[in-house]
Amino acid sequence: MTARTTTKRILPWLRTHLFNSPFNSAVTLLLLLGIWAGAPAILDWMLFDSVWRTDDPALCRQAIGACWAVIGEKYRLILFGLYPHDAHWRGALVVILLLALLVGAAVVRRWTLARIITWMSGLLLALILQAGGIAGLAPVGTDQWSGLPLTLLLFMGTLILGTPAGILLALGRRSRQPFVRHACAGYIEFIRGVPLVNILFMSTLILPLFLPSGVSIDKLLRVQLGIALCYAAYCAEVLRGGLQAIGRGQYEAAEVLGLGYWHTTTRIVLPQALRIAAAPLVNEIIRAFKNTSVLAVIGLFDVLGATMAALEDPSWSAYYVEAYLMVFALYLAFCWPLSRYGRSLETELRKGERT
Amino acid sequence: MPVQSTARIPRKPASRRALRTPASWRTTALQLALLCLAGSAIMYALMSVVQSLQARGVASGWHFLKQEAGFGISESLIAYSPADSYLRALSVGLLNTLKVSLLAILGASAIGLLVGLIRLSSHWALSRLAGLYVELFRNTPQLLQIVFWYAVFVNLPAPRLALQPVEGVFLSNRGISLPTWADDRLWLMLVAASVAALIWVQWHRRRQAGGRSMSRFGWLIPVLAGLGLLAAIVHWNSEPLLTLPSLQGLNFRGGHTISPEFCALFLGLSLYIAAFIAEIVRGGIQSIDKGQSEAGRALGLTENQILRRVLIPQALRVMLPPAATQFASLVKNSSLAVAIGYPDLVNISNTTMNQTGHVVEAIVIMTTVYLAINFTISLAINLYNRHLARSTG
Repeated sequence: MTARTTTKRILPWLRTHLFNSPFNSAVTLLLLLGIWAGAPAILDWMLFDSVWRTDDPALCRQAIGACWAVIGEKYRLILFGLYPHDAHWRGALVVILLLALLVGAAVVRRWTLARIITWMSGLLLALILQAGGIAGLAPVGTDQWSGLPLTLLLFMGTLILGTPAGILLALGRRSRQPFVRHACAGYIEFIRGVPLVNILFMSTLILPLFLPSGVSIDKLLRVQLGIALCYAAYCAEVLRGGLQAIGRGQYEAAEVLGLGYWHTTTRIVLPQALRIAAAPLVNEIIRAFKNTSVLAVIGLFDVLGATMAALEDPSWSAYYVEAYLMVFALYLAFCWPLSRYGRSLETELRKGERT
Repeated sequence: MPVQSTARIPRKPASRRALRTPASWRTTALQLALLCLAGSAIMYALMSVVQSLQARGVASGWHFLKQEAGFGISESLIAYSPADSYLRALSVGLLNTLKVSLLAILGASAIGLLVGLIRLSSHWALSRLAGLYVELFRNTPQLLQIVFWYAVFVNLPAPRLALQPVEGVFLSNRGISLPTWADDRLWLMLVAASVAALIWVQWHRRRQAGGRSMSRFGWLIPVLAGLGLLAAIVHWNSEPLLTLPSLQGLNFRGGHTISPEFCALFLGLSLYIAAFIAEIVRGGIQSIDKGQSEAGRALGLTENQILRRVLIPQALRVMLPPAATQFASLVKNSSLAVAIGYPDLVNISNTTMNQTGHVVEAIVIMTTVYLAINFTISLAINLYNRHLARSTG
């Protein structure tokens, strides 16, 4: 019975998917040949000849396969960087809390005041856990913030500061007042024309010069401002598409109803524009997350920076592939679901259009 | 077509604008206030910059550009020594940025086109593999990829144990060593010959389009001419045409060695942007009406001809503007070179400001150059769009 259904189902599937033309059949055979030739070597390297747990790099040097032990040896440094060792549990809690907040933000569709307050207090709790100094938690200075908690905190900060700024910039670019319009357009084009590294140089090196002597801003905060202002410009550009898609009739209807600019904008235009721009906005959010890795360039220890620092240990530096694979996996685990979420938003929107 | 639209909130009819004079007075006043605010903020910022620079005892101005740089640069397209000026060092950096960007744009386009077409293949597994490529490279940071490739190149064996995948090509921790022309003039000849062949092929096509019959083997003529030229050079030139890299001491002599920094940056930039180009290619080809390929099939064209003669030329119009945006971000991403020590503009500006303390000037130079590059790219897109709008009527 089962044998018959398999032949009934699988064979036609194979014919339509893998052997649907002479060329495709040849490709299938070549692929199978490749797997047959390559898979054993890869499996040997990954599983059978690899070293899983040891604190002795000499054992790894003898092995032919991968040295996964480097992850066991360095994962704390990669995940938490310079954060004090006996406070790592706080860092782990921060990560869990922030991920829960992000999932919540993606799932919740109706933002009531109570929910917003809960969400913000979750964020405050994460900040308190990270910084300490209250409720018996030892204070940890921002110069010691690093690893995954730093990556996630900067990412959240970018979204929270950058999105409202982006909305204002996008509205400003369509303003009737020429000065506002040109200033916003100029800002957006300026930021989009310059690399992020360059903007980080500006925010870390030039911004302090603007301040009167005696006043200084924390380096981490300067970096946060830099990446948030950068994200705001890209966010504004995406929102512009959403704003342009809104028909004239909407504005006219609002005017007939006697609504002023701010009412029209917040009640009629923005809800629709944000809905249209939601899917491309998710792409910008993914980009913002990936961009936090640029901090490694200016000497902050985010996940990538901490990994690079971990690999400077000469006895383990040969096992960079294993360590970087872990970092790749970390970023993928975050960005891939997010990009699928973006795509689901897009199909949801299309469904809404059809009915 | 993503032409920049100027559609804004419709202005009110003139007859009603008269009724709104108080409002328009208000907006004018608001604008003036904003202008004053912005102006005074900028003035204040500039004044405090000057003050804090004076307080730190840093000289400002552009004289440092003529001073001796005093640091070496590992690779350069123009002659450079540490005795040259900062200006020359920065030009070396700019040229290196342009070099890696242009080559990586070519690489990203080729890989992206290939992956995008494979993604559209009717072969289930191939299409999935291309999709996997796109997801893996798009969903991980550009810097991580560059740093990873750099680690790969730096951890290659030393020159003495270099890998030799093909005769004369060596992979080692010094980079990739390749055979090269013994005489630089040969390069020029090669370029001239390719340009001549290209012009010939174009002219040939145009004649064909004019309805004149041409032999099917017309393309053989430039190829045969080229081979004849090469044979003549080999015959009359007593010295060998190519120099091969060979191991001398701890490094390679002869041939051409591409630095690990360049290799890592080139690979990182092109593989990452290729994932985005692949999606643009896929979207572009899918956007072409199905009737086009059906019409092609009805005319008896093969699938390959349909793709090359019908789909790609039309899809190119849709694809080019978003692809140009990706190329612009490739140029910007090349600034991540600073993480692996490739001497690009940002890297050299960084060294310059560390040595001279002219932080503001160095950052102004960097910013202006990137803005100019970006402006050039968007100007090109706009010209292309205008050209399209005119040619499609």
